[in-house]
Amino acid sequence: MILIGERINGMFKDIREAILNKDPEPIRYWARRQYENCAAYLDINTGPTVDPKDQPAVMEWLVKIAQETVPLPCCIDSTNPEAIEAGLAVHKGKAMINSTTADQWKMDIYFPMAKKYNAAIIGLAMNEKGVPKSAADRVALAMEIVVNADAHGIPMEDLYIDPLMLPCNVAQDHGPEVLEAIRQVKTLADPPPRTTLGLSNASQRCTNRHLINRTFLIMCMAAGLDSAIADLEDQELLDAVAAANILLNKDIYCDSFLKTFRQR
Amino acid sequence: MAVTIVKERWTNKVGEVILGTEPNVVKIGGESTLPFLHFEGEMPNRPAIALEVWDMEPTNWPEILTSAYAGVLNDPVAWAKKCVEYGADLVCLSLVSAHPDNKNSTPEECAQLAKAVADAVNVPLIILGCGVEEKDAQVLEKVAEVLAGRNFLLGCATQENYKTITAACIVHGHNIIASTPLDINLEKQLNILITEMNLPANRIVIDPSVGALGYGIEYAYSIMERTRIGALTGDKMMAMPVICLLGQEVWKTKEAKSATEEAPEWGEQERRAILWELITAVAFAQAGGSLFVMRHPESLKQFRAHIDKLMQSNAY
Repeated sequence: MILIGERINGMFKDIREAILNKDPEPIRYWARRQYENCAAYLDINTGPTVDPKDQPAVMEWLVKIAQETVPLPCCIDSTNPEAIEAGLAVHKGKAMINSTTADQWKMDIYFPMAKKYNAAIIGLAMNEKGVPKSAADRVALAMEIVVNADAHGIPMEDLYIDPLMLPCNVAQDHGPEVLEAIRQVKTLADPPPRTTLGLSNASQRCTNRHLINRTFLIMCMAAGLDSAIADLEDQELLDAVAAANILLNKDIYCDSFLKTFRQR
Repeated sequence: MAVTIVKERWTNKVGEVILGTEPNVVKIGGESTLPFLHFEGEMPNRPAIALEVWDMEPTNWPEILTSAYAGVLNDPVAWAKKCVEYGADLVCLSLVSAHPDNKNSTPEECAQLAKAVADAVNVPLIILGCGVEEKDAQVLEKVAEVLAGRNFLLGCATQENYKTITAACIVHGHNIIASTPLDINLEKQLNILITEMNLPANRIVIDPSVGALGYGIEYAYSIMERTRIGALTGDKMMAMPVICLLGQEVWKTKEAKSATEEAPEWGEQERRAILWELITAVAFAQAGGSLFVMRHPESLKQFRAHIDKLMQSNAY
């Protein structure tokens, strides 16, 4: 389970203010904290309040501070291609692009960018019409993404399909469809593409957010999910992932399995 | 249409353990591929082979084995030199006399003998206790002290006595054999316990307690296979080289000990016993063993010839 820490996002008040005041400390703090909480990538998002023309520079600034602080790659998260490219240009090592959709014009921008910077890339199983309802419709969009990625020479292990979870308080019928979509994505190519999920979407505006996120993550792991963008503050989430790795026969059991999961 | 050759890509490798001190160093481990698949990764060190020396004359070794060491079986120093002549990469000194049922030798006596053997040969030593956990803790502690700085391999540490032996290895500069009874989960846990005492992971060698051909070889094989795959897929607590103490197991079997007359349908004893030891070793080399302790010099010779061939690169 490749964990991507979601916290460095301008939608959070402390990050928003850090960006406004050019204060690197909150960025460093969350980079370190998520590193200690088993993050394999740091998601970096300028947030909605930064003006589009400023987003590239802010993204550069955030990526640099994060990478100065901890030895982790970044998941460069934006709807603005210039901001993404700005982040990729200063990124050390192999980054992840978050994200393209199945819209042709977006794939035509982002797959060449992924190829140019040798980055991994997340493909959202949606288009301008929105998020589909059924697993089959999600997988059909995933297939378009797979075909386009392959045509641009992106290896399948660098492609992460996100079947897009919706909040369970308002879109409760999507959970089973997402699980089925995760299973079916693995059949789209050989070797298969990887899968990811923005986990916190499952519990937007619900009670017991950590419980809902943690439970859904384990369900998704059983369906074959490779990675998730998540709130890594929840220690029980990390413990549950450690236990799931044992139950899915991915890690060899030992009595100290919770401790070894957290060791780098 | 071009065919894409599918090759595994592993993310981690087995740690390399260095035994002995310059210029008499033997390195084991470091593999970044499944055994002998040179086309998918590296095997920087070939499997190393030790011959076994006892600190007292064995009483129940068959004649076909003792004849290879005629005249030296009551002189560990001479015996060790003979092993090196036979081409052993290391000498494995078994302090059998320390067993309460044998001579119950004191830790001091054992350590002095170990020093004499160590000073007589120019290869690193593996030093094994007598198999009684409490006694071995005392014996190996003293051996470690008297041979301080020589960077030898001391064993076998179990879950019961690892604390003393680990501390001795840390203080006096040695490597440790972490021994568990054919249990991969205990194997992993023991490595964790030892590294938690701050002995670096690259000073641990795993002993899964192998059995001989016909006597549970499959259990050890599957554990070693899972250990190697764990190491290659990033499990740091499985990423240590494996030692196979197979000589002691093979030469207990009736297949090795029965005289030709006792079992005529089994064929001639010497050839049979040597083949038994050889095939056991060959199977464990295929399972990923990095260090082998054998008894008959002819088994060693043939095993070495086999490894020579397997170490030829099949990269493409």
